[in-house]
Amino acid sequence: MFDSIRSQFKRLAPAVDFCSLRLVRERQQQISVRQGVLQPFSTSLDSGAMITVIHRGGYGYAATSDLSDSGLASAIARAKTWAEQSAGRAVTDYSAIAMSDARGSYASPKSHNPPQLSQSQIIDILMRESKEAQIDERIVDTEASLWTVNTDQLYISTAGADIFQEISLVMPDFHASANDGADTQGRSLGGRGVCLQGDMSIFLERGMIGCGKRLAHEALELLAAPNCPTGKMDLLLMPSQMMLQIHESIGHPLELDRILGDERNYAGTSFVTLDMFGKYQYGSKLLNVSFDPTRPEQMASYGWDDDGTPAEKQYIIKDGILQRPLGGAISQARAGIAGVAAARSCSWNRPPLDRMSNLNVEAGDSSLADMISSVERGVLMDTNISWSIDDSRNKFQFGSEYGRLIENGELTSVVKNPNYRGISATFWRSLKAVGDQSTFEVMGTPFCGKAEPSQVIRVGHASPACLFEQVEVFGGHE
Amino acid sequence: MANVTENVTEKVTEKMRDALIDTMMQDYFFELADFIQANLQEGERFKCWFSGEQSDFVRFNKGLVRQPGNVEQTALSLNLIKGLTHASCGFSLSKNSAVDQASALQMLQDLRGQIAQLPEDPHFMMSEEPYSTAHIAASGELPLASQMVDDILALAKGVDFVGVLSSGPIFRGFANSYGQRNWHQLESFILDWSIYQTADKAVKCAYSGTQWDKAALAAKFSDALNQVEILKREAISVPPGQYRAYLTPTALYEVLGMLNWDGVGEKSLRTKQSSIRRMRDEDVQFNKMVHLIENTAQGLAPAFQGDGFVKPPQVSIIKAGRLVGSMISPRTAQEYGLQTNAADGGESMSAMEMETGNLPLADVLKELGTGIYISNMWYLNFSDRSACKITGMTRFASFWVENGEIKAPLNVMRFDDSLFSILGDKLLALTDEAEMLIDNDTYEQRGDSCARLPGALIKDFAFVL
Repeated sequence: MFDSIRSQFKRLAPAVDFCSLRLVRERQQQISVRQGVLQPFSTSLDSGAMITVIHRGGYGYAATSDLSDSGLASAIARAKTWAEQSAGRAVTDYSAIAMSDARGSYASPKSHNPPQLSQSQIIDILMRESKEAQIDERIVDTEASLWTVNTDQLYISTAGADIFQEISLVMPDFHASANDGADTQGRSLGGRGVCLQGDMSIFLERGMIGCGKRLAHEALELLAAPNCPTGKMDLLLMPSQMMLQIHESIGHPLELDRILGDERNYAGTSFVTLDMFGKYQYGSKLLNVSFDPTRPEQMASYGWDDDGTPAEKQYIIKDGILQRPLGGAISQARAGIAGVAAARSCSWNRPPLDRMSNLNVEAGDSSLADMISSVERGVLMDTNISWSIDDSRNKFQFGSEYGRLIENGELTSVVKNPNYRGISATFWRSLKAVGDQSTFEVMGTPFCGKAEPSQVIRVGHASPACLFEQVEVFGGHE
Repeated sequence: MANVTENVTEKVTEKMRDALIDTMMQDYFFELADFIQANLQEGERFKCWFSGEQSDFVRFNKGLVRQPGNVEQTALSLNLIKGLTHASCGFSLSKNSAVDQASALQMLQDLRGQIAQLPEDPHFMMSEEPYSTAHIAASGELPLASQMVDDILALAKGVDFVGVLSSGPIFRGFANSYGQRNWHQLESFILDWSIYQTADKAVKCAYSGTQWDKAALAAKFSDALNQVEILKREAISVPPGQYRAYLTPTALYEVLGMLNWDGVGEKSLRTKQSSIRRMRDEDVQFNKMVHLIENTAQGLAPAFQGDGFVKPPQVSIIKAGRLVGSMISPRTAQEYGLQTNAADGGESMSAMEMETGNLPLADVLKELGTGIYISNMWYLNFSDRSACKITGMTRFASFWVENGEIKAPLNVMRFDDSLFSILGDKLLALTDEAEMLIDNDTYEQRGDSCARLPGALIKDFAFVL
């Protein structure tokens, strides 16, 4: 398929300033067991091509699932028409932007001896975890699942680019709900945060095995727990909550297309402005954030982004100071500022735009025990459950599934409905300790929404546990 | 009911554009379904869902074009059934018969291999009484998208205009081995846009329909520019606290949209995960003014669903403040021994309609008196699902009102309050007119949800940040 597309493109490419073809073929499989019953078993094979044309300053794209010569020729014609229609009326002179001529290939990591599991073996494991969660009649619902995605992508262009990438994702998940009267509490496998590149060893080794019973116990524990207290206190966020904190209040506000205004009608704008880069104190000196699509096992690693820019680890925030935005080649040219390889699309039917890939907080030097012992009164929060932030990505309110009080330097009772709120522009400056490598976890999410037309994209977040001082914390309705 | 064919073709004109409107799509799907049916083996059944669109998407920023393009996509989700074992596979279609039929044969073979290893599904249910329908609405009425762009850019000159135009036909189809064939085709557009005054201060608008009217768009532009004038006043902040508030239909849609997040679905009610489960378990009630129905008959979505069941015209969900119904998918019906009301698998509402009240639209500001006029809300989520407590932000043109007069734009505020209060004892009035709101969802494909809602006057709405 890919070789024939190369020759088709060579034959059909029009006489324009620039034309690219991005072919995506994606296989997905979802297996889920709910309350011991296998749910509808589904697979999908999605394939299609995105044509981009830049000509005389204009830009246009066309996507098609018809990969015949006539289908591609029609898509090229439609993209060219839009490029012509937008010439002289576009936000920038697209023809002035140098497009990538990179060539190469990338593949997700594989274990030396990757485990081979049959469909029946996978179902058996999910059945077992679902069954083992039935420890009490108050466990009212359980669901164990495995979602796998294998994506092959070819990017070729008239600038000479030829990039082939093979990405394999494995995403196990589990959820247990417990109910008693008016109250229902739930626990999950990292809030669907176990999302990694690689093989089936992820399914066997990253928390699924044995999680059913443990998470059911924790859901019952929450039922019996008091609400999280209200007040200003220290807040210790575990990696499964930090991933959301990073995503919403660092990742999105630093997307360059938001700063340029493209997203103001939908996903929103940003409190960050172009003049802040290089000097703005985003967080305390302990805050180091990297954009790192090169970490092999992480959800959103790749060799090149969807405009062909080579992936490279870059510091976005260094010692608390804002360094560079999350912007791909086109946004960088529009803004006149250096960015990262962040032009990404969710599939063949949507154009690339500025997205996070893997956005990580670098590990510090505090052990978990040291951080807990330094707190006189505070709360530890684990696993995101609620997220809400304003359209400038400033005023936020987030919640976790599971909380533990910290009193006089020790973890004490479990608390339910732990929530906190703050303002991005000041919250990160209250970071007072960053966990060491022993607290560091690599996670991700398959669901980051943005753009017009809308796209859901997969992103990675790795983080140590982090301690924040004097945050507004509260619990549920009494 | 056997072999009933209902043809409700509303309008098919000769004015079809060669490249973009494909009237053969329905025939193509039905022929592919017939091909699949002819290739079943003994004891096998099938059902399949077709989705497609030919869409132009044009993004704008600062009154200029940011990203224009076109997406042609068609896909089939094929479910093969043998006894009570079944599996499904979705695949892209090329619209080349030979290629797609070869893909379908391969998928049938793959699915046979899969279901041989699967246990029986005790909750499986599909419609076995064929009920065929066809609904083709407003084909060929729209001008080329490039013409619409010309009209938009002429109006947006010198204005900080940002948004997206989505235009073109969408297609949905269903077929099964009982001979049922359903088709839904709609050609429409939606221009979802904002005009910015400064920073995060903007007026948000939408213009949608099946017929493009340049004069109507110009009138909407003019209204928006008048509202932008108010945004030029210095914005104010108010301290957290409880305020009298008016929610426009658009803002109320955001609030009621939370009911679609595992709220009104029967499965979530049965598994105690619904945010409004106390309305069933403890007879907690909304205000008697609240009447909510799923009005499929007046909606834009297909009247059939993925298992082949045809939806009733209306389903009553909340009547006089009391939960009286729920969205029940065939699968949930089978699991709990209920009658399905042909809800989709997600058991959410796609044609929500709330009964109007007695507050004349013209009196909204007067009745609000002193408080907050909320045009739009943003990023709602639960802060305590058991208590149906939700949080979210005001967005776009929201105003501080004093003694019935708009004083100034309001800087964004966070609220955190229970839906049981907002739609309960805090609900003072609903407007006497409802607004039709068309969902602008374009994740994976253009959506077809809509709502018809009034505005709501609320007392003591709790703002926290």
